[in-house]
Amino acid sequence: MSKVLMKGNEAIAEAAIRAGCRYFFGYPITPQNEIPAYMAKRMPETGGCFIQAESEVSAINMVYGAAGAGARVMTSSSSPGISLKQEGISYMAAAELPCVIVNMVRGGPGLGGIQPAQSDYFQATKGGGHGDYHLVVLAPSTIQEAADLVIEGFDIADQYRNPVMILGDGILGQMMEPVEFRFSNRRELPPKTWATTGHTGERPRNIINSLIIDPQALEDHVNRIYQKYGHIMKNEVKVECCNCDNADIIVAAYGTTSRIVKSVIYLARQEGIDVGLIRPITLWPFPANEFSRWADRQHVKAFLTVEMSTGQMVEDVRLGVNGKKPVFFYGRTGGMVPEPSAILEEIKKVMRSVMK
Amino acid sequence: MIKVFERPKSLTDKPFHYCPGCTHGIVHRLVAEVMDELNIRERTVGVAPVGCAVFAYEYFNCDMQEAAHGRAPAVATGIKRVLPDCVVFTYQGDGDLAAIGTAEIVHAATRGENITTVFINNAIYGMTGGQMAPTTLIGQVTATTPYGRDKDRAGYPVRMSEMLATLEGSAYIERVSVHDIKHITQAKKAVKKAFETQLAGKGFSMVEVLSTCPTNWGMTPAEALKWLETNMIPYYPLGVKKEVE
Repeated sequence: MSKVLMKGNEAIAEAAIRAGCRYFFGYPITPQNEIPAYMAKRMPETGGCFIQAESEVSAINMVYGAAGAGARVMTSSSSPGISLKQEGISYMAAAELPCVIVNMVRGGPGLGGIQPAQSDYFQATKGGGHGDYHLVVLAPSTIQEAADLVIEGFDIADQYRNPVMILGDGILGQMMEPVEFRFSNRRELPPKTWATTGHTGERPRNIINSLIIDPQALEDHVNRIYQKYGHIMKNEVKVECCNCDNADIIVAAYGTTSRIVKSVIYLARQEGIDVGLIRPITLWPFPANEFSRWADRQHVKAFLTVEMSTGQMVEDVRLGVNGKKPVFFYGRTGGMVPEPSAILEEIKKVMRSVMK
Repeated sequence: MIKVFERPKSLTDKPFHYCPGCTHGIVHRLVAEVMDELNIRERTVGVAPVGCAVFAYEYFNCDMQEAAHGRAPAVATGIKRVLPDCVVFTYQGDGDLAAIGTAEIVHAATRGENITTVFINNAIYGMTGGQMAPTTLIGQVTATTPYGRDKDRAGYPVRMSEMLATLEGSAYIERVSVHDIKHITQAKKAVKKAFETQLAGKGFSMVEVLSTCPTNWGMTPAEALKWLETNMIPYYPLGVKKEVE
């Protein structure tokens, strides 16, 4: 299949359709509007269904109903809208319903702005909604990777019966890159015998539910879900390491920020500093072992986490490094994007600090 | 021996948890009898609410989904769009449908979503201990209107059936009551009509059922039935509010 030049948001929508998603429920919010618009156009062509819901709250609950009926289903939004979806996301995680949720993050808190940000990391990886649960959080850094992760994300969701979040940002959604829709690593997926499709007597009655009033039963249910999370943590971690083998300093960054850091690696080399990059692709499960492993290496003197936030992923980096090496942070927030020269300055500062 | 009375196939044998005198049991049975009569049990997916009927998924003998508070019409929309040949219904109380879920019910109706809603209006929040509902009458004493509902502080009771009947997408809306045998018989006819409306693909259908809550109204079951007739029916007039041929 040949490559086509596509906007990030549209490539994500097309990837979902190629992955067999036939139901999309959304609500307008910048900077993800191209996703619902693309779905509104494409879904009728594929025999699928697009609804512009009355709110993000309704959209995620339509996703709940459709997922419970056994369909591949997606919704997308941006930060304030994702906050509204948290109720439904918690219910879906509890009822073990698969779906893909796209968050094209914008600056917050509150109504915030419409420029790119990474300030929803805590919300995406630490729960967001109420109760004990996790989403699988995938953070692409290119449009090709976004398309690949959407396709794989539907499989991950179905395999583990858990919602999957694609965490992008305004830049990834709005820019254009060549993309190819490809199906590597297709998985053997279990049949959806649990879906509510009408009870004809051929199977037990199916109930999609998150109400478990008996505390012992609820604890058992949560523990069972956490066993599942254990498998996800063991099997689904994705991470890219660049130039770490002789690095003095390792920068941790994901998504758009990691692209900027890659250009800083070359700038730093001109200044005689060897910089590596660890780029978590799954933010949950977080590649903590990768950080631990590199922290053990003699040549690595420090870590620097760079984010478009005031410092959220840095907490997980610190847990991974576990005190073995110092972890520094540099971030811009509110829709401001870190410049390569500013990141280079931070790297130099870190070098001076650890060489003292 | 001739069997003259039995449990509808569309109900499980799980005993209801409802309080003595509560009319939820009657309405559950009416819905189940209609499902039996229309022979739709095997292709029905129901959506339970949050409120006293939260365990409805244990009683209706069909596939069920339990929705978040007020979101049943959105959940039902998702199900119906995936399974257009299935019969999809929501069963919701007045807090669920007329307060927290107002947006969901209004927009399901305005989309002409081909689902059926059974709306229990007992003028109070039952499960949480008797707080004011959007449908609580002026002057009615509840846990959160201890001096009686005051229109200047708490506004007016909302007539959902009349409101939804104004929407183009609604195909059949009727308000009924279950305070006596005659009205229970009429209520069943309305429930059947609502499901038939969906089967004919006409659009959104809803039956509002005036119901009692003896526990939180602080009355005996008999007093509650009388109170419904005397106080609720004058404010919530019975009858068909919308019917599309």
